[in-house]
Amino acid sequence: MKHEKIETHAGLLIALTLIVISIGGLVEIVPLYFIDSTVEKVKVSGLDTVRPYTPLELRGRDIYQREGCYLCHSQMIRPFRDEKLRYGHYSLAAESKYDHPFQWGSKRTGPDLARVGKKYSNEWHVQHLIAPRSVVKESIMPNYSWLIKTPLQFNDIADRLRALRLVGVPYSATQQEYDDNVKRFGEEVAKQLDITEAEDNLIQEAVSHNYDGITAEITEMEALVAYLQVLGTMVDFKQFDDGYFATFR
Amino acid sequence: MSAMSQTNQQVYNYGIVRMFAVMAIIWGVLGMSAGVYIALELTWPLFNFDTAAITFGRLRPVHTTLVIFGFGGSALFATSYYIVQRTCQVRLSSDFLASLTFWGWQLAVGLAALSYMAGYTQAREYAEMVWPIDILIAVTWVIYLIVFVHTLARRSQPHIYVANWFFVAFILATAVLHIFNNMEVPISVFSLKSYSLHAGVQDAMTQWWYGHNAVGFFLTAAFLGMMYYFVPKQAGRPVYSYRLSIIHFWALVFLYMWVGAHHLHWTALPDWTSTLAATFSILLLLPSWGGMINGIMTLSGAWDKLRNDPVIRFLIVALSFYGMSTFEGPLMSLKSVNALSHYTDWTIGHVHSGTLGWVSMVTFGSFYHLIPRLWETKMYSDRLIFLHFWLSTIGIVLYISAMWVAGVGQGLMLRAFDEYGNLAYTFIETVEFLKNPYAVRAFGGMFFLAGMIIMAYNVFMTIRQSRVERVALEARLAAKLANV
Repeated sequence: MKHEKIETHAGLLIALTLIVISIGGLVEIVPLYFIDSTVEKVKVSGLDTVRPYTPLELRGRDIYQREGCYLCHSQMIRPFRDEKLRYGHYSLAAESKYDHPFQWGSKRTGPDLARVGKKYSNEWHVQHLIAPRSVVKESIMPNYSWLIKTPLQFNDIADRLRALRLVGVPYSATQQEYDDNVKRFGEEVAKQLDITEAEDNLIQEAVSHNYDGITAEITEMEALVAYLQVLGTMVDFKQFDDGYFATFR
Repeated sequence: MSAMSQTNQQVYNYGIVRMFAVMAIIWGVLGMSAGVYIALELTWPLFNFDTAAITFGRLRPVHTTLVIFGFGGSALFATSYYIVQRTCQVRLSSDFLASLTFWGWQLAVGLAALSYMAGYTQAREYAEMVWPIDILIAVTWVIYLIVFVHTLARRSQPHIYVANWFFVAFILATAVLHIFNNMEVPISVFSLKSYSLHAGVQDAMTQWWYGHNAVGFFLTAAFLGMMYYFVPKQAGRPVYSYRLSIIHFWALVFLYMWVGAHHLHWTALPDWTSTLAATFSILLLLPSWGGMINGIMTLSGAWDKLRNDPVIRFLIVALSFYGMSTFEGPLMSLKSVNALSHYTDWTIGHVHSGTLGWVSMVTFGSFYHLIPRLWETKMYSDRLIFLHFWLSTIGIVLYISAMWVAGVGQGLMLRAFDEYGNLAYTFIETVEFLKNPYAVRAFGGMFFLAGMIIMAYNVFMTIRQSRVERVALEARLAAKLANV
C-alpha cells in the first residue's frame, strides 16, 4: 500500500494510528494481571501477612497523599547493596498490592519510606513532622505543624472502605466476606477490615495506640503516624528461605 | 498584503487561536513562577512558610499542571487549530465547539491548580486531577477530536499535511492514556476523593505508561507537529525529506508506547517488562533523531538567517535540545545507568532539558512567527526577542548543569562504601551536598522565567500596537471616504 492512500484518507490515518499506539500498552500491561508470579505469595502458617490498611492507617495514607509526600519520598527499595544497608530488604510487589494508587514514587528528595515503620518512635515522628529541622538539622522538609492541630475527619470512613472494596480490596461488608477474611488473615485482622465496624475500629485504634501523644482528640497527626509506622512491617523476612522471593523475579 | 490577510482573518477562525495563544503565555508565566518558587523551597525550606497550601508537596503538581497542560496544552490547541486550518485551507468545522474546548480546557487547568493547593489530589504524578476534573478533561478532549477530525475531513487539499498526522496521533493517544489511567472510584458522589481502580504493580505500570507518553505524545509528537509547520515556513524551504517524515512518524508513535516501564527499573515490576521497555527506549533513539535531522536539514541552507532572524534561532536551539534529550533518555533507560540516575535530580534535569530546551523553545519560536500574523502587525520589539532568547538559553544551561551535578553527585555518594564496607554517607549528608546545585537551579529558573515575562510584555505591546494601527487605518479610511 502506498503511503499516499493513508495521507489522503483521514479515517484510515486515524484507524491505523489507533492500532499502532495500542500495541505497546496491551503487551506490557495486560499480562501483569494474568501472570501468577507477578505478585509474590506471602503466607505464614497459612495466613496472608500482607493485609489491607486499618481504618486509621488508611486515613493516614489519605493525608500522606493529600500533602504530596510521594513527590519527595519513594516507597520502593531496589535490590542493591547500598539500599539494603540503608533501608532494608528490597520491596516486594505483594507489599503494595492493596495500594490504590501505588505510592512507589519517582524521586528521593528525602529517604525511601518503604520500611520506615517501627524504625523511629511515635514521639520522634510527631516532633519530626511538626519541625523536621529540630531533629535533623540539615533537613529541607517543610514543617507540617498543622497536622497535630487539625482534628481527623472520619465520618466518611465507611464510604472510603466501600470504595476500596469495589476496586478489590478485601474489606468485608457481609458475614460471608468477614468469615473469608478470618480464614485468610486471622480473626484479629478480619475485625479491622469489617466495614460495619469501621468508625469504632478507627477510634479504638487511636485511643489504644495514641500515636500523636494527645488524648483529647484524634488528630490528622494520629492517622499519619499510624500509617508511617505500618510501612514495610507486614512481611517478616526471617520466616522465609533465602532464595524464596527471588523465584518470583 | 493587507487585503490578502483581511480575507485570511475572515476565512479562518483566528479568534480561537488568539485566545489559546494568550492563555498559553499567561499559564506559562504562572506555571514557571510556581516552578521557581518550589525550587526556592527546596533550597531554603523557610519558603514553605508553614502554610499548607504552598508547601512543596502541594505546589509541585501546580507547577507541572500549569506548565504541561496550561502552557503546553494551550500552545498546542492554538498551533494545531492554526495549522489545521492553514494546511487544509478550510475554516474550523465549528466555532462553537472550538470555543467549548477553550473554556473546558482553561477551566480544567485553573480548577486543578486550585484544588491541589486545597489538598485535593489523586496522588498520581501528572494525573493528579480529581475525578470531576478528569471528566471535564475527557469531554473537552473528545470535542477537540471532533473539531480536528471534522476539519480534516472538510479539507480542500487531497493530502493531509505531515504536521496534522502528529496532531492526530497526539489527540488519539492522549485520549486513550487519560481514560485508562484515570479509572477510579469516588468514595461518594459528593466527595472529590477517589481510589484508583488499579493497585500496586499494575497501577505503577499503567501510571508510567501514561506518564511517559504524556511526554511522548503531549510534549513530543504534538510539538513535532508544530515543528513540521513552523520550521519550513520560517526557513522558506520545504521539509527536507518526505520519506524520512513517514518513517519517523510511524516508528515514533509505535515505539513510544512501549517505553514507560523504564521509569520502573529495579522495582517490583517484573524484569521482562522493564527489559522490554529499555529495549524499545534504545530503538526510540532512531525515529527521534530522524525527526531532529529532518528539522535541522530543513533549516540548512538558510543558515545565514541565524544571524538576524530570532525565530530561526529559537527553532534551531529547540531542535538541538530535542536531539540531546532524546539521546540522554535512552542512555538513562539502560538499567545500569538507571541504577544511579533513578530517584535523583538527574531525572529532573533530563525532563527540563526536554521541556525548557525543546518544548518551550519551539513554542517561543512558533509564537514569534504566529503572533504578528494573528494580530496583523509586526512584533513590538525584535531586540526583546533576542533578549528572551539569551535569557532562556542561559537559564536552561544553568538548570541542567546544576541537575547533572546534583543527580550524578548524589547517586555516587549514595552508593559509596568506606574501607570497611559500610555506607560512606548518610542520606542527610547527600541532602547537604545538594544545597549549592539547588541554588544554581533556582537561579537558572529565574533566568528562564525572566525571558518568559519579557515575551509576555512583548506580546502585550504587540497586541496594543495592532489596535492602534487598526484605529489609525480606520481613521484614514474614514477621512478618505469623507473626501469623496
